[in-house]
Amino acid sequence: MVFLLQQMMLYAVPLMIVALAGVCAERSGVINLALEGIMIFGAFMGVVFVRMFQGMGMTQDQGQLIMLLAMILSGLCGIAFSMLLAFSAINLRADQTIGGTALNMLAPAIVMFFVYMIVAQNTIGMAEGGAAGWFMIKPSNFGHPKGYSYGPIGDFFLNKVYLTSYICILIFILVSVFLYKTKTGMRLRSCGENPQAADSLGINVFKMRYLGVGLSGFLAGVGGFTFSLTTANMTSNGDVAGYGFLALAVMIFGNWTPLNIAGGSLLFGLFKCISATYATLDINGDGVFMLNEIGISPYVYRMLPYLITLIVLAFTSKNSRVPKAEGIPYDKGMR
Amino acid sequence: MPRKDPLTGKIKWYKSEGAVAVYSALISILIGMAVGAVIVVIAGLSKANISTSGIVEGIKLVFLGVFSTGRDTAGHLTFGFNGVNLGNMLFRAVPLIMTGLSVAIAFKTGLFNIGAAGQYLMGTMGTLSVALWLGWAGTPKAIAWICAFLVGVALGGLWGCIPGLFKAFFNINEVITCIMTNWIAANLVTWWFDSHELFKNSAEGGKIGYVIPLKNVGVVTPKLLMDKIFAGSQANGGFWIAILIAIAMWVMMTKTTFGYELRACGANRHAAKYAGINDKKNIILSMAIAGCLAAAGASLYYLSGNTEFYWSTYQKLPAEGFNGIPVALLAANHPVGVIFSGIFMSMLNVSGIQLKYLTAYNEYISDIIVGVIVYLSAFSMLFKTMLSKRIKSDHGNVNAEPEPAAEEDAPGDTDEETEKGGQK
Repeated sequence: MVFLLQQMMLYAVPLMIVALAGVCAERSGVINLALEGIMIFGAFMGVVFVRMFQGMGMTQDQGQLIMLLAMILSGLCGIAFSMLLAFSAINLRADQTIGGTALNMLAPAIVMFFVYMIVAQNTIGMAEGGAAGWFMIKPSNFGHPKGYSYGPIGDFFLNKVYLTSYICILIFILVSVFLYKTKTGMRLRSCGENPQAADSLGINVFKMRYLGVGLSGFLAGVGGFTFSLTTANMTSNGDVAGYGFLALAVMIFGNWTPLNIAGGSLLFGLFKCISATYATLDINGDGVFMLNEIGISPYVYRMLPYLITLIVLAFTSKNSRVPKAEGIPYDKGMR
Repeated sequence: MPRKDPLTGKIKWYKSEGAVAVYSALISILIGMAVGAVIVVIAGLSKANISTSGIVEGIKLVFLGVFSTGRDTAGHLTFGFNGVNLGNMLFRAVPLIMTGLSVAIAFKTGLFNIGAAGQYLMGTMGTLSVALWLGWAGTPKAIAWICAFLVGVALGGLWGCIPGLFKAFFNINEVITCIMTNWIAANLVTWWFDSHELFKNSAEGGKIGYVIPLKNVGVVTPKLLMDKIFAGSQANGGFWIAILIAIAMWVMMTKTTFGYELRACGANRHAAKYAGINDKKNIILSMAIAGCLAAAGASLYYLSGNTEFYWSTYQKLPAEGFNGIPVALLAANHPVGVIFSGIFMSMLNVSGIQLKYLTAYNEYISDIIVGVIVYLSAFSMLFKTMLSKRIKSDHGNVNAEPEPAAEEDAPGDTDEETEKGGQK
């Protein structure tokens, strides 16, 4: 059970971070379809930065430091990349869906071009070692012997986890507080609901939307890095398996509110995790791989996250509360 | 072909809105290729193993790759008529034209069909399975071809319906549902071929994981002169079929009531409903047609016979599905324009492959160019307004009567205006 929950966290964490990224942009009134592209770019830059730090002679003992630095740097790269979307969507008032799609096409192309240029193969990984060896928190970090157990609850929180899970919780709290309890956050949300009214009260809509897209770029970059760290062993191959889009679906499912999104991403993380590990999944610890033995095709499990998204969306669409000004370029003349 | 307004005779063809749309597409292409060239230069400068002449060769191939004839004995790049490259360009253009049409038709109805990849996969599954079945059963080749094509198209259409239904009845953004159906299709197709051993190509070594190519059963598209013009290439009659379909789509969208209803829904769904048009029906039908078109692209591509389908595709969606988006955008969603932009995208593709085999660069440079072009087309409106302002300002001095200001308030309709004028 602990194994299943931990595995679930591995899939849920990047999903939650990126879905929260989506909220920041959409609440300011910009559809960020580019989440997938920004994730791909962030994941690639994260790997490049990790390689760079390794090349600078940092060792395994500084693993957490490397991870934090690389994460922040890939977040910054995410901001830079998302500014392309912000510029076309906010300043040029272009169609935001097309702008996002452009970034989604651009990101894998750029990443693959440079991956081939750097390593002459289709995947770039760490210079040495693997994600688990360098960045995972293990009992040995606290001076315990290998195979040490803290008991079920302790294991869940401390045994073989990545720091990113805690960072994700931190991000969740920060985004919730920012959006609902700070002046800037409320102003940002007002730009997603009624930018004309916000403008008439002296709020700079362009600035707020840039802030929203920038924040979302940062979080999506971090999310991409996290994806690469927890599910792809710190490699990048110009693909994040549709996570950016799945995050968008989670965001819609979560009704653009952080708490529902957190719940939604845990649910989808669970299904993603089942589809990835169904063959070796021992739910109640009796040594029987139940899901594998039912004899359902693995493709059914792999389809489940998407199928369930569709079904859930169909049922929740009636209550859905889209930010009203979402996707509409701000036009002062409409005031 | 000069376009004149028969009543006023005022607008010269090179100043018409259609022409402006073409200029803005050309600007996007030029900037995109320039960005590609700049990246070639930067990457060349930062890599020790690429010399200055290597950079120049890279840039040459980015622009002229399709005319490349390899290297001569002295090691210099040579250019000229390359029937194989040009033929392959037309051959690869077929799925791009069809997925481009798919995206364009949906766009005209105000829907963003990002699900062409899934529809394409469903078409692949239908066509390959039926063609192989009927081929083995000894059905006459022509009938087998038609059945395979139709089944593929029908499956794609059904698949396209799903996002349409969700949009019409639950008002869920079609982008999300399209993406979900893409991945479901990818898993379904893999499941189908994985559980049917008879389709797997186990006879040929090194082809494990591929479906048996259709040339083995002889259900292939006739060449229709293409092998005479482009000897040695894969080009076949599918290209002519794609052109016919594109023209049919143009007629449907501009000359029929149904097409008008679709465009009315695209311009303003609520206004169309108010005017008595069944918006839900039109949204679903539009997505179904889009699905049919994308699937037809897959059918034509695999019915060429010697293309092979890697069936374990559950982790990867076909690139043709997404490349339909730039094709449609570049053509400003004009069904006939899609033919040209499809060929252009396919040219970039061929150039990329030349780049990969002849230089130290790789084929992803053409993807970067495509990405930049899509990005630019997002604000092609800006180019259009800039250009038409310029044109208008010289125009206004000559003629006292002002042109109707259609550009400002109806951004998506600029190309439709030209269609009414009967251009092309």
